[in-house]
Amino acid sequence: MLELRDVTKIYNPGTVTEQRLFQDFSLTVEEGQFVAIVGSNGSGKTSLLNIICGSIPIEGGDVLVDGKSIAKLKDFRRYANMGRVYQNPSAGTCPNLTMLENLSLADNKGKPFHLGRAVDRRRIDGYREQLRSLGLGLEEKLNVKMGALSGGQRQAVALLMATMTPLRFLILDEHTAALDPKTAEIIMVLTDKVVREKKLTAVMVTHNLRYAVEYGDRILMMNQGKVVLDRAGAEKQATSMDNILSMFNKISMECGS
Amino acid sequence: MLDLLISTLTQGLIYALISFGVYITYSILDFPDLGVDGTFPLGAAVTAVLLVKGVNPWLTLPIAMSVGALAGLFTGFVHVKLGVRNLLAGIITMTALFSVNLQIAGSNLTVDRGTDTIFTSAPVMAVLGDMSLMGRKLVISFLLVLIIKLALDAYFKTKSGLLLRAVGDNPDLVTSLAQDRGLVKLLGLVISNALVALGGCVVVHEQRSFSATMGTGQLVYGLAAVIIGISLMNFYTASPLARGLRERKGLRFLASPAGTTSVILGSILYKLCVQMALSAGLPANMMKLVTAALFLLVLVCSGRKGEEIIHA
Repeated sequence: MLELRDVTKIYNPGTVTEQRLFQDFSLTVEEGQFVAIVGSNGSGKTSLLNIICGSIPIEGGDVLVDGKSIAKLKDFRRYANMGRVYQNPSAGTCPNLTMLENLSLADNKGKPFHLGRAVDRRRIDGYREQLRSLGLGLEEKLNVKMGALSGGQRQAVALLMATMTPLRFLILDEHTAALDPKTAEIIMVLTDKVVREKKLTAVMVTHNLRYAVEYGDRILMMNQGKVVLDRAGAEKQATSMDNILSMFNKISMECGS
Repeated sequence: MLDLLISTLTQGLIYALISFGVYITYSILDFPDLGVDGTFPLGAAVTAVLLVKGVNPWLTLPIAMSVGALAGLFTGFVHVKLGVRNLLAGIITMTALFSVNLQIAGSNLTVDRGTDTIFTSAPVMAVLGDMSLMGRKLVISFLLVLIIKLALDAYFKTKSGLLLRAVGDNPDLVTSLAQDRGLVKLLGLVISNALVALGGCVVVHEQRSFSATMGTGQLVYGLAAVIIGISLMNFYTASPLARGLRERKGLRFLASPAGTTSVILGSILYKLCVQMALSAGLPANMMKLVTAALFLLVLVCSGRKGEEIIHA
């Protein structure tokens, strides 16, 4: 269970540009839930993810996993059981390393990075198998540098890398936004598959309302640092796409965008 | 003429040690470490003092490396733990080390002819005694560079080495692997500065003197060597020759040489260029001007105008 309790987030505190985004913001994500978050720009979606991952500090409140505070835990320590896929396809892989080297890095997560051989030849067949299941023909490109692959291919590998080792939480930060519609669809299907197979607790920020409705067990709509809509289970089933769209238009209108 | 060529080749090899250090910080970590201009004379100062005191010349190598590693640790600490920008962290180390070096060895220190260096030590004489001093210098420098090169190549293939390469490429990925990116950078700086100090150490063995100002321009030298080497290598790997070699199973290793090989070649080429300019009649006082002018030429020709340094 992932919990944000009375979180306060202020950007540029103590300056003229001070901006209070969250005030006593609380959110509980149940184990195994796939939460989709939608909302206009500046509504606090990405800040929310950054707070969960420890990428930005908070000015008040607490972040808890299973009731234990992780607010004081450094970002890299939180990633021990967390994976994250970013909007930018280059962010999830090392462009100057080969795909094999990238996968080997991800495969070693949770183990010490000592003077043993980085690439374990015996694991290659396993990597190939996993790449083949993506259906993008990547299994033939193990020795190609990541930077030479397309955005969609990189994002698929980034997703694979983020979920390669045992983990509990998957953070998806608009991870299909930079891809063409067809590739986005492929990545979204892969995401859903891995979340269900590994029984992950996932938090996904997206601008695609259809993805939110289709894949989320629970939909949150955010506006100016507040949750304006929260539907899960049967209640979510009863909420139609049009319903959410009209709500979304309303908050977008208020922002004047 | 042949003598000049051999001595230039030797110099190029010795300075390749420094270039290895710069390669790790600049090329792999994306960290422009100005501390090099202080660490190089630090290694030299320590070595000069130890030699004068009669310490076994071979022992000065690991000692200089350890002292250099400490300097790298300091730069890393200032950057990673105190949060100072990388360029400034290096400048702080460089400036502080200038005084430290003066304290260790004074402004100048000469190692007299009677003192053994690695090139005249008993074990070397036993094997290479028939050779001239110049020949011995070339052989020993070559072997030293070869050992370090092979060690680095092997290291880059380890888990730790791969993580080091990843941190310069995409630091966020290292964080998402649940590893402290600061510590990885620190490790890179330690290795880099140990190598730079080793370079300073061997230079003292070679020229038997230390001067407090010998560090000036060493970073530029290292950068030039690295950029020349890598640019040439990129040019080569894209050429039909390399493509042809890649097709042949047994020769494939020749088609994509390691970064360290490029750095050695870059270092030798750059020394050669500077030496040619000097041989053409330029006074020795103009050496740094030549170094800088050539560096500028290299940057413009290679199309890498140091953008990495400016934005870092």
